[in-house]
Amino acid sequence: MASHWTIEDLKYWDDKIREKADEFGLSCFPQEFEICDHTQMLGYMAYSGMPAHYPHWSYGKAYEKLQTLYEHGMSGLPYEMVINSNPALAYLVRENSLCLQILTIAHVYGHNDFFKNNFTFRDTQPELTLSNFKLRADRVRDYIEDPSIGLHKTERLLDAAHALSLQCCRNQAIRKLSADEQKEQVVAAAHPAHDPYQGLHKQREYVEPDLNRFPLFPEEDILLFIRDNNLYLADWERDLLTIVHEQARYFIPQIETKIMNEGWASYWHHKIMNSIDLPQDLYLEFLVHHNQVVRPHPGDINPYYLGFKLWHDISRRYQEIFSEKEGGSKLQREGHEKIFQVREVDRDTSFLRRFLTEELMREMDMFEYQPKGEDLVISKVSDEEHWHEIKTTLLKNVGMGGIPVIRIEDADYGRNRQLYLKHDHDGRDLQTEYAEKTLTYLYQLWGRSVWLETRINDRRVCLGYGEDGFVQKTLGRFR
Amino acid sequence: MTTVFRAYSQSDALRSDRSARDRLRHRQKVRKAIRDNVADIVAEESIIGRSRDRIVKVPIRGIREYRFVYGQNTPGVGTGQGDSEPGQTVGQAPQGDGGPGHAGGRPGMDYYETEITLEELIEIMLEDLELPDMERKRFREVLSERTSKRKGFRRVGVRVHMDKRRTAKSRIRRRLASDKATGDNEAKHRFPFHRDDMRYHRLREDLRPQSNAVVFCIMDTSGSMDTLKKYLARSFFFLLYQFVRSRYANVDVVFIAHHTKAREVTEEEFFHKGESGGTFISSGYSKALEVIQNRYHPSLWNIYAFHCSDGDNFDSDNAATLKAAEELCQVCNLFGYGEIKPRPSGFYEGTMLDLFRNVRVDNFQSVLIQRKEDIWPSFRQLLSRESESSQYDK
Repeated sequence: MASHWTIEDLKYWDDKIREKADEFGLSCFPQEFEICDHTQMLGYMAYSGMPAHYPHWSYGKAYEKLQTLYEHGMSGLPYEMVINSNPALAYLVRENSLCLQILTIAHVYGHNDFFKNNFTFRDTQPELTLSNFKLRADRVRDYIEDPSIGLHKTERLLDAAHALSLQCCRNQAIRKLSADEQKEQVVAAAHPAHDPYQGLHKQREYVEPDLNRFPLFPEEDILLFIRDNNLYLADWERDLLTIVHEQARYFIPQIETKIMNEGWASYWHHKIMNSIDLPQDLYLEFLVHHNQVVRPHPGDINPYYLGFKLWHDISRRYQEIFSEKEGGSKLQREGHEKIFQVREVDRDTSFLRRFLTEELMREMDMFEYQPKGEDLVISKVSDEEHWHEIKTTLLKNVGMGGIPVIRIEDADYGRNRQLYLKHDHDGRDLQTEYAEKTLTYLYQLWGRSVWLETRINDRRVCLGYGEDGFVQKTLGRFR
Repeated sequence: MTTVFRAYSQSDALRSDRSARDRLRHRQKVRKAIRDNVADIVAEESIIGRSRDRIVKVPIRGIREYRFVYGQNTPGVGTGQGDSEPGQTVGQAPQGDGGPGHAGGRPGMDYYETEITLEELIEIMLEDLELPDMERKRFREVLSERTSKRKGFRRVGVRVHMDKRRTAKSRIRRRLASDKATGDNEAKHRFPFHRDDMRYHRLREDLRPQSNAVVFCIMDTSGSMDTLKKYLARSFFFLLYQFVRSRYANVDVVFIAHHTKAREVTEEEFFHKGESGGTFISSGYSKALEVIQNRYHPSLWNIYAFHCSDGDNFDSDNAATLKAAEELCQVCNLFGYGEIKPRPSGFYEGTMLDLFRNVRVDNFQSVLIQRKEDIWPSFRQLLSRESESSQYDK
């Protein structure tokens, strides 16, 4: 299809957009755009946008699924795809109209600014993103081509690693303690703290700390733990675990800030498009697209919608607070400064906790649903009584909240190097079939029996997988 | 700092089928998953008698990507349109057999079924069997006029055989000649096709030796054969028929239903009509022998006969049955007996398996089918005998 725009057109509008973005105070990485066709776009989507990515059948599956949905008109292509890298890389689908390209470019700068400034992305090394992905891809391909390893072994290991890749430390701002530091902490914790009121309190007794426990503190980074502590792994297996772990770490900030990030980009494309004097026809087309992007999805959460609403609300509310105090022309800036500050220091959980108000929830008609038989049925709506509970449910589900927290408690369980893990149960049970299958992967990587303590239907149970297959033990009723 | 725009490049696009290999690998896994579950699929699907181009939905497991996910008791949050009330239904819960579902941050729904054509499904099924080579009755090959070959051209024929290129050429040739003749170089006038321009392919019938096969499906339709038994029999026949069909270009099927009397019936009747009364198995065999005698002479046809029954036969008929079975073995490439005895029907009902133990020929095989899960293994067992005996032949 011949496009109705040229690269010159895009450059023209890009200049205007960048000018506005600077004026509004967005601070971006240099930006690169690549024009691609829809097949390439589907490819980028399947491979998380990366120009180079290691091969695995799951990406083929992702591609086929996307393609099927696309061909049957079940879902369109995204207008854009932006990579957190420096320079930032974004793709534009060439079939799109000029209006969509302009909208997309404006939207991309929003993401770009977010990637550069939000704290969760601080350790993602954006300068190295593309080359890191390329290098990892090369390493994996080498293993596949190595006659002593080959496709099947590589694939088998990747399958297992993928199953556990998100079982890792969520908050990357927390530094990992070294073995010695851990030991120090345990020893320090065992000694009773200095108590200025010794006469009043009963003296706490000193308990000999068990320094033979391993790990000393429950460990959330499962892949890394296996890599470092399963001595029977070959080097290439260790390397693959590292690769999968590194990539998961790279993507976790994006999972953690989905609502903020999409909302932020939508907020800014909306502002920018309204300020660059679009010709009437483009402007009307823009409004149609914009409303499609930020419309609520009934029965579900559309991160674009939720984020867009929240950013507007924050900006408005802070403007109002200050306008009461001071009055006058500076006001515009107060709300503005607030949102810039928030985009730097929050992630979805804290963002929603701090700024999702009862009024907003009512306005958006938020509700909680529960599965009931075959249906999902509304259990609570945002009234005075329940809005807070609904908010709590939402907070549990956003970002990495959708991934159960599972920690390694003991790596020498039964004095037999079996692995004992504990699920940090917060009211949500694990899906047992998936848990069983994932345990087989864990067993494959660890090489000895693995156990997972969790709660199912209010019973403490222990799921295990070992040489003899799957076992389930009841540990007693909970509470 | 300026923004970089990289224009669309055709050559990148041509190179960019980056997912090809991963897609292929995924499809191999799907195929394998289907093969692993073929027994279930065969038992579930009512596929006999359907067009081979029909798309069947095949449930598959095994290409899901497992990780730790939350299960059923996980509430989610959504937005509504202002009129949400507790108790309203907002969607479908994830299916009972698991799978991550609704709430955000979890992997999306995997597809639980894939669509393939029946043809492909059959191919996958048979691929798994390490099939014996059935065409061992070389002397039974017959000449069949199945294909035709193009040979030369002619001026008369039917429209579908017209060679357009040659026809157009001959018109041009005629036109040039006529222009020269009339000296008219304007070339503007109409110059329609003439009957003489028409060129047709000459087709010659190509006689090739073909092996023909006929499958006799013999089923007990007496009162004791209930729906479940018939269902099992039907699945079994389906596999057998497909298998024979995959081995021969020309396959006829004969359906024989019997209770105390046997008759040849249509496929529809065979599978759907129930009858009542007792059973003389020998009647079915005799009917088969009769049909063979009349229409499928063993020197021209590869004959496969299969019989399904619940084993309930009048004792007085056993001797005749045994004799007829032995006769059938003599004319058939393979004669199989499947006894359908769903649990827990018990063994106080009659069984023919003991009787058939007396049939000691290589091309006879009997199997016991108790559940739908048995169909596939029984089928394999039946064919393994076939492959053994074909080895025996060599």
